[in-house]
Amino acid sequence: MARATTKWYQNITKDKVRKLLMGTKDTEGLLKMLVIYALLICIGFIYIYPIIYMISNSLMSLDDLLDSSINWIPSSLNFSNYAQAAASMDFWKSLGQSILIAGVPTLCNVVSCSLIGYGLARFEFPGKKIVIGIIIFSFILPSQITMIPTYVLYSNMGILGTLWSFVLPSLLGMGINGPIFILIFYQFFRQVPKVLIEAAQIDGAGYLKSFIRISLPSAVPALITVTLFSFVWYWNESYLTEMYVHGVMTDSGWTSLVIQLDNFQQNYNSYAQTATNAVTSINESINMAGTMLSILPLLLMYFVLQRYFVESIDRTGITGE
Amino acid sequence: MSKMTKQEKKNRKRVKPGRLARREAITGLLFISPWIVGACIFLAYPLITSFWYALNNIRITPMGKSFTFVGHGNFTQIIMSDPDFPTQMIDYITSTILSVPIIVVFALIIAMMLNENIKGKGFFRLIFFLPVIIVSGPILGMLTQQGAGSITAIDTQAISGAIESFLPHALAEPISELFENMITILWYSGVQILIFLSALQKIDRSMYEAAKIDGGSGWECFWKITLPTVKPMILLNCVYTVVFISNNDQNAIIELIKGAMFSGTREKGYGYASAMAWMYSVVVVLIVCIFAVLLLARKDVYERQIRKYKKQVRKEKRLAKKIGRRSARNAKKIQKARQKRGYKTYDGSGDY
Repeated sequence: MARATTKWYQNITKDKVRKLLMGTKDTEGLLKMLVIYALLICIGFIYIYPIIYMISNSLMSLDDLLDSSINWIPSSLNFSNYAQAAASMDFWKSLGQSILIAGVPTLCNVVSCSLIGYGLARFEFPGKKIVIGIIIFSFILPSQITMIPTYVLYSNMGILGTLWSFVLPSLLGMGINGPIFILIFYQFFRQVPKVLIEAAQIDGAGYLKSFIRISLPSAVPALITVTLFSFVWYWNESYLTEMYVHGVMTDSGWTSLVIQLDNFQQNYNSYAQTATNAVTSINESINMAGTMLSILPLLLMYFVLQRYFVESIDRTGITGE
Repeated sequence: MSKMTKQEKKNRKRVKPGRLARREAITGLLFISPWIVGACIFLAYPLITSFWYALNNIRITPMGKSFTFVGHGNFTQIIMSDPDFPTQMIDYITSTILSVPIIVVFALIIAMMLNENIKGKGFFRLIFFLPVIIVSGPILGMLTQQGAGSITAIDTQAISGAIESFLPHALAEPISELFENMITILWYSGVQILIFLSALQKIDRSMYEAAKIDGGSGWECFWKITLPTVKPMILLNCVYTVVFISNNDQNAIIELIKGAMFSGTREKGYGYASAMAWMYSVVVVLIVCIFAVLLLARKDVYERQIRKYKKQVRKEKRLAKKIGRRSARNAKKIQKARQKRGYKTYDGSGDY
């Protein structure tokens, strides 16, 4: 009986340790996995560091900010920063307008880009390669080069400072990052088997009907991807929104959360002067609270729809089959 | 389809497009007609007009815009006497050329780590994709202003000090700037990671197994299997990164262009801003071209070997032909010489 009670570590040989750490042909080594996990966690931390910083700072009161012993965790949760930032940004109004500014062009983008992508993928016509070439080229070209004449054009048409200046180009497939969306749809519709469409046509469906009834339902992943990305990109666009919709020198009444954040300092100061109750002057916490407020809707959307976001690129077949 | 013999091409030309084909072509054009209209209004027309603007000095008067043709005046003025534009441009070029490879390589490394068989893959993907959602000019500006754009734990001062003592000043400055804005640079690589990841997932596992059986190490597998497969994606990501950086609101040049556009001074204005925009666009397209040329120029190892082999085969064939021709020529010569001398055979012509 005494022989059987060998200590557990006596079984461990040098070879076994080596196998465990370095791995064999079939199993991954423990050492390698440890390194990968450590790296991923470190880099992941770097990624969300600004967000953690933002959240923790936005909840601090002025005393906490000045207290050098408090680094990360505020002594008490101070939500008044959010209230003040929201009031100065005119949060609900800006939120509604942001949704409109991002949502309406997105719908137009989906409609126009799917049509164009389908036209390119399904039909053969002379000059198709040239069209695709121009689409790719227009993606590389910075928007600044066409911006000034477009601005003049809009002001001549009288649609500067209205939502039309975003809707019109996106209806014609020329919205922000429109080329990407056209190419996504193009790539996707090419994978739809032609036989299906031919079968529908034999059954008497026209071109438009076979597009709406056959191709579009099978392109749901591409539709989701384009909707989400277009929404996010329009939401985050501040340069062109300020130029076309908000107005640079003038104020058209349209605004978005991102633009409000851009002018946060002066907005807050003018709010602080007019406010009736006592308002603290601008500080880091309020800045961070404002930033947090302007990304909060997108963050919520991301965490609800994260599966679609993360899988989107896999599904669009942008990598080619 | 592209590689047809001459005969096939001839045959194809003779056949006229049928009625169905023509109808399909017309329908296709109808489908993309929004794009054609859009490209005319929002691409071709502005391009031409902005070039015309760039050659003019435009002043806004109550009567409308007054154009004065100045030729290349705007361009020379920008290069010679603009206080900001040339320096900002050089900054932009160096920082783009430096940060694009960093972003792409970093994205590839992350994607390869995520492609390993690890737990919590979805969680990590969630984190690495997060910046795509929230990255926008004002937010990045706010974060860097508050000092959240760099990691306090890493002593960036020491790193940049060390770099500056080793490298010439012109190179050291952008590099230390890179370190200071490490987070913002990492934040730019969300989409790229996902593109690489989906490309990596499509590589057949059995290829790696076969390579391992043949004794290939992980290092060799990376260079000979992974890299050639994701190579097109590297180009795609480079182009995407360049475009993203140049359209980002954090970019100082586009702010300069906007400032010039709305400045009320005599020499600036729409014309001046258009000239800036043209120079900027040419630079962006050139940078994209540089990356494209760099990545497309080098052929595959195997392709090169095949080409080498084919070349050798051709050479050998040529040599064989040459030898054949020469021997034929020699044979003829000998024949002629024989006839001239009039060899006589005992049984042939019977000259005896």
